[in-house]
Amino acid sequence: MSSTLTPVPVEQTETAQQPHRVQSGLLDPKLIVAALPDACKKLDPRVMIKNPVMFVVEVGSVVTTIDAIAKPSVFAWAITVWLWLTVIFANLAEAVAEGRGKAQADTLRRTKTETMARRLVDWPASQNEEEVAGTELRLGDHVVIEAGQIIPGDGDVVEGVASVDESAITGESAPVIRESGGDRSAVTGGTKVLSDRIVVKIASEPGKSFIDRMIALVEGASRQKTPNEIALNILLASLTIVFLVTVAALQPMAAFAGAPQTLIVLVSLVVALIPTTIGALLSAIGIAGMDRLVQRNVLAMSGRAVEAAGDVNTLLLDKTGTITLGNRQAAEFLPAQGVDTGELADAAQLSSLADETPEGRSIVVLAKTEYGLRARAQGELEHATWVPFTAQTRMSGVDLDEADGVHQVRKGAAGSITRWVTENGGTVGADVAELVDGISAAGGTPLVVASKIGNAPARALGVIYLKDVVKEGMKERFDELRRMGIKTIMITGDNPLTAKAIAEEAGVDDFLAEATPEDKMALIKKEQEGGKLVAMTGDGTNDAPALAQADVGVAMNTGTMAAKEAGNMVDLDSNPTKLIEIVEIGKQLLITRGALTTFSIANDVAKYFAIIPAMFASVYPGLGHLNIMALHSPKSAITSAIIFNALVIIGLIPLALRGVKYRPSDASSLLRRNIGIYGIGGLIVPFIGIKLIDLIVQFIPGLR
Amino acid sequence: MSSTLAGWLQALALVGALALCYRPLGDYIAKLLTTTKHLAAERGLYKVIGVDGDADQRWPSYLRSLLAFSAVSVLFLYLLQRVQSHLMLSLGFKAVNPHGAWNTAISFVTNTNWQDYSGEATMGHVVQMVGLTVQNFLSAAVGIAVVATLIRGFTRSKTDRVGNFWVDITRISFRLLLPVSIVLALVLVANGAIQNFHGFHELSTLTGDSQSIPGGPVASQEVIKELGTNGGGFFNANSAHPFENPTGFTNWLEIFLLLVISFSLPRTFGKMVGDNRQGYAIVSVMASFWVASAALMTFFETHPAGVALKAAGGAMEGKEVRFGLWGTSLFATSTTLTSTGAVNGMHDSLTPGGGGVAMFDMMLGEIAPGGTGSGLYGMLILAIVAVFVAGLMVGRTPEYLGKKLGGREMKFASLYILTTPLIVLIGTGVAMALGGERANMLNTGAHGFSEVLYAFTSAANNNGSAFAGITVTSPWWDTALGLAMVFGRFLPIVFVLALAGSLAQQQPVPATKGTLPTHKPLFVGLLSGVVLIVVGLTYFPALALGPIAEGLH
Repeated sequence: MSSTLTPVPVEQTETAQQPHRVQSGLLDPKLIVAALPDACKKLDPRVMIKNPVMFVVEVGSVVTTIDAIAKPSVFAWAITVWLWLTVIFANLAEAVAEGRGKAQADTLRRTKTETMARRLVDWPASQNEEEVAGTELRLGDHVVIEAGQIIPGDGDVVEGVASVDESAITGESAPVIRESGGDRSAVTGGTKVLSDRIVVKIASEPGKSFIDRMIALVEGASRQKTPNEIALNILLASLTIVFLVTVAALQPMAAFAGAPQTLIVLVSLVVALIPTTIGALLSAIGIAGMDRLVQRNVLAMSGRAVEAAGDVNTLLLDKTGTITLGNRQAAEFLPAQGVDTGELADAAQLSSLADETPEGRSIVVLAKTEYGLRARAQGELEHATWVPFTAQTRMSGVDLDEADGVHQVRKGAAGSITRWVTENGGTVGADVAELVDGISAAGGTPLVVASKIGNAPARALGVIYLKDVVKEGMKERFDELRRMGIKTIMITGDNPLTAKAIAEEAGVDDFLAEATPEDKMALIKKEQEGGKLVAMTGDGTNDAPALAQADVGVAMNTGTMAAKEAGNMVDLDSNPTKLIEIVEIGKQLLITRGALTTFSIANDVAKYFAIIPAMFASVYPGLGHLNIMALHSPKSAITSAIIFNALVIIGLIPLALRGVKYRPSDASSLLRRNIGIYGIGGLIVPFIGIKLIDLIVQFIPGLR
Repeated sequence: MSSTLAGWLQALALVGALALCYRPLGDYIAKLLTTTKHLAAERGLYKVIGVDGDADQRWPSYLRSLLAFSAVSVLFLYLLQRVQSHLMLSLGFKAVNPHGAWNTAISFVTNTNWQDYSGEATMGHVVQMVGLTVQNFLSAAVGIAVVATLIRGFTRSKTDRVGNFWVDITRISFRLLLPVSIVLALVLVANGAIQNFHGFHELSTLTGDSQSIPGGPVASQEVIKELGTNGGGFFNANSAHPFENPTGFTNWLEIFLLLVISFSLPRTFGKMVGDNRQGYAIVSVMASFWVASAALMTFFETHPAGVALKAAGGAMEGKEVRFGLWGTSLFATSTTLTSTGAVNGMHDSLTPGGGGVAMFDMMLGEIAPGGTGSGLYGMLILAIVAVFVAGLMVGRTPEYLGKKLGGREMKFASLYILTTPLIVLIGTGVAMALGGERANMLNTGAHGFSEVLYAFTSAANNNGSAFAGITVTSPWWDTALGLAMVFGRFLPIVFVLALAGSLAQQQPVPATKGTLPTHKPLFVGLLSGVVLIVVGLTYFPALALGPIAEGLH
């Protein structure tokens, strides 16, 4: 069985059962005020040039400012002020988005207090220690940490086991166990050892630790434009060029018509036409997308990974913890012929009292809930000899020294119990064998219960049906994914029969049974060869190659350093179900970009109807018919268009930050809905907005 | 039969005939572009020109072949005009002046066929046949070859080869354009178009004046003029001339010819990408623009403003009585929506609305259905822009026919949609800013401006029709419009080929339910909207000062 099947604590899986919708975050007005200084700092042309659309607006603002100083008028100053506001609003959007990340970064930075490390020289040959600063630790150093001390750097536990408080990075107050070997060996610098003593091999260079990277990520310091953002920027830049030329070429045409335009009007027309709305909000959308992941305790190592998540075609999901609850549970007691169910339940319970495995506990729970058998404490039963499970016997049970002789109760795999019964002079009936086969065929695990009283021959009492319990709501979740065009593949170490039964019950599209890490890798490669993008979760070191190969590899925070390095996202909650949410966030990010681009371009139609008649109705009165909004005067019309253009940026900041509403559905219905809202809406809204602004602006002297 | 009924019948017959040809012609072109078999004659030709007919080229190599071929064509056509006086059948015409010859050479090689000359007063039969008519075939073939590479970009994967230019152009010329032209030239001759090597006949008219009647190999040039969406007339009057376009039937046939290849190419596209529904979606967009434009144009021409025109029952000025309002409106719509530019009436005499429609048709980028090949590649580029924006709105990296539209693809698509508007607007702006050039304008006000705007729109979009009204034979106009034609033709071709190369290298992404469907009515509507908005936003201010100002009172 693949080692990825790490049991997930029950309390986490329960929260994961609730289908999460991508929710909105609220825009705090305080954030806007706090972001204002940053927004003004971004007016530096060296910063602005990175955003060609808004850079054009800034240059336009400078031009109108000079013009307004040279030839002051109310109109010139009104336009100038609103153009500057347009630029500032755009910067504000970005600053607010960054501000939210900065707040998180500050919290993280507090964990980065200077720690002293106890470095082991020549470990494991000697136990000699030396005290060094945490920052002096290098890759491959060994350090020892004892209860109450802070772990000085990222690494893997190589000796010992300890409980660690990781609340600094995960926000989860319950301590976690970290132990050498296995898949729970990774520790993070800045977290605190609560008990015991561990030796950790340092796995990161100073300044490149996990926390350092987290800080850089949430602050947006290492933010690079994603491929899709670049493509959109190219389109926006080319639209900007077209409109610049359109307006530049308009002046000689206007002069010929006898209506040469002022610089203020020409700049206004350019700004109204170029896609300022999306240009202003584009980077904020990207930052906010990363931020939404951070809010869900997922760290994406790059924006590229978030985008790829939206494109995923195939999800590889580990069965255990993702699709089913962590462990098999007893579902039913099936008695052998001539045995009372109560008797079977009683025996089953007895044999499981000392069984501390989740399966064992679930038998006790079932006996209590279904058959009313009170769980007996171990000490309650005198003369009881507990027979623990061993790999040799593959059975567990109890021997009770009763008056009528020794009562022996055993439960275990069918083969082992059959052997035990036969050895003790009994036979296992064909009916029991049938029950066993039936359960196996249904994908469950049969445990046979047998007993022997005194010197009487042993007899099989019946079978306990252990089954994997599919988490609630998973079937609906997979249906949604299917509607989104995403194929789900369940990965399990179970045999094909069991895997098939669970796959059918859970409603996944496909499954990979008896999966080894190599099988997983081969599956990913096969899907990718067909041009598909694959997402998976993993935590073990042997998952690392597959995590690196997958387009979206989400490493569990509980996993090894190797896994975390290989994946391009880390889930701090270590909840594999979150992969589905990550896909939704990726999609939402792209949809928000597309929706605002559509909105921005559609807005231009109304602006033309405001500005063109204002420019030329004096020479061609017929063009006055285009003033369908009945705007008050040329000056009020142009001012209103520019004010609308600026206000719409502010109005859309919340949308840009929280993303547009996303419901999992197929492409056609998504498109229909978004074209309806942002395309048609984008055509209509500015007509109303500009008219409303004009109703106010027309009373300002100088704009009438 | 009332003229309205006749008009309806013409239009419906046209739609019916085009629909009938859609599948067979489209499939036939797809086959000739994809088959690996060479005809014996073709193999011989490849041997002579030293081309390996089985080896495909990378896109830069394809582009180099195309540009070199076009450059040689321009040079040849230029020299032919310059030495005209030494050629046989020159009818005594002198050599064409240098700037005129350069303008004409470029015009015919770029499939524009803008004519700053009057055919019967400038060109001898050899120049018309060996020079101009040959380019009518080749420039049309080049357009189809370019769209073939773009389609191959979609169909091929993980390759840098987009086809073989020499093979493409040979097959398109010899398997498609030539056979159709030969058959239909005979039909035109049978209906009264002329085909001879005569010079001028001096005749006395009824009123006693003398008239000079020209002869020439007209029908052979006429067919390819329409079929290859060229538009350069043998005579100055173009398809209004009775020797080029004698009857109402030939008029209908010529409209059919100039539309038929471009309207069938979407089928070729659908066939080659293995999904005919994709072809239907594209042709639906083309057809809806054509229908809307034809309806608007006909409406404007049959409902003119002004007492005199109303009394005449329509704007008959500049129109041929034998074609009528409907026949002229259909022709004008079709010639401006393709890159043909042939005219059977004076576009300058169209009503302001009709003239505006003609101009807007060209501004759309001639994509409905557009020039041979160029119409489809123009439409596919707009489809890519539409898919990009819409694809984002469905939450995936946009992909068209399985190919992802990333930065590289959007760069070439954006450059493509930038090019023509920039040429038109900068050209018009410069012309209006230069006082001396404006002096060549015969009209003032909004109409005078429309004429200049029309000229640059026509040249940059490689249409070739004219509003006239300006004297364009001056060195400045010849040079400026020549440059507009060269850049308007070859820059977009560079971008299309680069895009084709980029697409061909990609591995296709399988379509899922999350993929934006590009064959459904929703996408047809979306693409139409993108076409309208992109074009409308770009040209609206200029149009407002021209036809809109003229039309709104």
